[in-house]
Amino acid sequence: MTSSSVVRASAAAQAAGARDPWRSRLTRADVRFAPYFFIAPFFVMFAIFGAFPLVYTGWVSLHDWHLIGDHTFIGFANYTALFADPDFWNALKNTVGIFVLATVPQLMMALGMANLLNRKIRARTFFRMGVLIPNVTSVAAVGIVFGQLFARDVGLVNYVITSLGLDAVDWQANTWSSWIAIATMVDWRWTGYNTLILLGAMQAIPKDLFEAAALDGASPWQQFWRITVPQLRPTLVFTVIISTIGGLQLFTEPVIFGNGRMLGGTLGQFQTVTMYMYETAFQRFQYGYGAAIAWSLFGLIVVFSAVNLLIVRRAAG
Amino acid sequence: MSQTKRFLAVTVAAVTAMGMVGACSKNTDTKPAADGQVNLVVDTFGDFGYKALVAQYQQDHPNVKVELRSVQKLDDYKPKLTQYLAAGTGAGDVVALEEGILNEFKTQPQNFVNLLDQGAADQQGNFLPWKWELGRVGADGPLIGLGTDVGGLAVCYRKDLFAKAGLPTDREAVSKLWPGWDEFITTGKKFAAANTGAKGFVDSVTTSFSAMLSQAGDTNFYDRDNKLIADSNPVVRQAWDTSMKMVSEGVSAKVPTWSKDWEAGFKNGSFAVTMCPSWMLGIIKTNSGAANAGKWDVASVPGGGGNWGGSWLAVPTQSKHPKEAYELAKFLTAPEGQVAAFKEAGPLPSSPKALDDPAFLALTNDYFSNAPVGKIFGTGAKSLKPVVLGPKHQAVKERAFEPALQAVEQGKLTPDKAWQQALKSAVKEAK
Repeated sequence: MTSSSVVRASAAAQAAGARDPWRSRLTRADVRFAPYFFIAPFFVMFAIFGAFPLVYTGWVSLHDWHLIGDHTFIGFANYTALFADPDFWNALKNTVGIFVLATVPQLMMALGMANLLNRKIRARTFFRMGVLIPNVTSVAAVGIVFGQLFARDVGLVNYVITSLGLDAVDWQANTWSSWIAIATMVDWRWTGYNTLILLGAMQAIPKDLFEAAALDGASPWQQFWRITVPQLRPTLVFTVIISTIGGLQLFTEPVIFGNGRMLGGTLGQFQTVTMYMYETAFQRFQYGYGAAIAWSLFGLIVVFSAVNLLIVRRAAG
Repeated sequence: MSQTKRFLAVTVAAVTAMGMVGACSKNTDTKPAADGQVNLVVDTFGDFGYKALVAQYQQDHPNVKVELRSVQKLDDYKPKLTQYLAAGTGAGDVVALEEGILNEFKTQPQNFVNLLDQGAADQQGNFLPWKWELGRVGADGPLIGLGTDVGGLAVCYRKDLFAKAGLPTDREAVSKLWPGWDEFITTGKKFAAANTGAKGFVDSVTTSFSAMLSQAGDTNFYDRDNKLIADSNPVVRQAWDTSMKMVSEGVSAKVPTWSKDWEAGFKNGSFAVTMCPSWMLGIIKTNSGAANAGKWDVASVPGGGGNWGGSWLAVPTQSKHPKEAYELAKFLTAPEGQVAAFKEAGPLPSSPKALDDPAFLALTNDYFSNAPVGKIFGTGAKSLKPVVLGPKHQAVKERAFEPALQAVEQGKLTPDKAWQQALKSAVKEAK
């Protein structure tokens, strides 16, 4: 009760309170509680849509929980079963594989494009806004269009490949080809987004650093690697973390690529962890097991984000 | 301020804010209909052919408004319906249950209105006896669904591609080409040798596999006690072996059902033949487009008739208007309703009266070269025998056996390995 605003407020309240003690108490309550009231909506929303589902999912994961049937408490049995489940490890392998295949080139391209957009070029705003357009496109539309591009018999990509005299690729049949197709969709959508974030950070780098470097005879290439990239470190960390979270939750693109089925190809070539979770919970009705997958994924995202954080700090520092 | 007081303040603020959020969201569903207006939602997958019927129903019942909701694939429909049932809200007042998923929903009959309580007993004569029985949970249990259609089998073929390959195009002559599956494969080999530019004779072996299973007329993956017998049932093994022969003889276009290549394949003529239970006619028409009108025709299926697919209409207990919902379901599944639905989208009636109706038997389909579809599908429909389907039939078929068949088509697995993989997945799906 010593902050200055409160002191000032109670001084005002004293003046008013001389006439009306009830009103002064109201004023004091107003000053005290109003801030909490104003910030409450976020916490309420978070409690309803963030914390509650998280905790509830954890609770469900400790049960043999049929979606429209019985619920039996079984402790950590779902988790032990999960670690012995080859389908889960296959899904995890696919998720990490597609994540690496998509994220590394994506951030490289974003860095390069941001560097280009940071120069004095014609129609700069046009290009800067333009890179964001793919991100505004609905992910379902992206999936449908790319699904058609990568179709085996009628796809444009295979049309180009075969007209070059090469054999058509059955994109869904092989692990590597399905990963490439999906990574392409992800990159098309998210490169521009990361470009703009990196561009914003680039513009905050003091110009005199570059001027001084130029005076010392540093080439643009040296300036980029010695000044720009190290200065971008916090932002790079941010984009890597965001990409990690998004990449490990990859769902819509591979689902639509696989004709809306959760299997991810005939042998699960591109079934991601979230697809496996959906299949388990909503197609096999094993809700408890699905919840265990969800929590494991949460743990994995935390671990991956931490590892990436360390790598990026080391690399850019 | 003490800790408790601070906590109290935050709580009060939070609760107030929550109250505001609650006050803002209006729930239109629970609003009582003051003027006697009843809104009903009908949930189906694919096209049940109900558009014209619903329009008529609304005209006859001015106080009822019907919304038709449909998702394209059964695979997307089932999880949605399950979520609605689990949440206790969101499902339509009338929902379609396909035979492959019916048994799974029948294990939780409390989710559905017992239609016998609504007076459905007097409808029994309207349905093929087995169709009626399957809608019940056990012989004396509640009735949860009224039958819509059955899945009478036929083969749809492209006349233009047949002509190109030097095969007969007349539907009688084409039917004579394949009394059994071996002759079907022989014809396919002839077609492939003619180099018509198509990728293959039949779209994919998965559709043939389903057709062969549905001809069994007894059991598939499950026995009558709901025990998984996929590994030992000779019916399954035989359908598998014939499918494998189709792959090795180069008869299949290797196009997975429901894929982009499949949809486009109807337009481009990637394959000349597909299995068509009568509900497939609408799908073929939609995918082939107006440009291919008159190129398709309907012939008989190798190996004799069988039942693939067919649905029921049920009323979830969460419906606020079970009575009105039942009336609507009754109307849609009445003999006249079934004939009208067949005319619009092709699902074959499950009502003997509809199957005997001269108006039904006289129906032709102009898209399919004026094929007498009423006669083709109607003949023998009354003698169809249902296959015993276990609780997870659809899952075992679509998520264990079909991917394994496709993996062989893709050249990713040998037939032996694929068989092992299918059985392993089947056990997992059936759990």
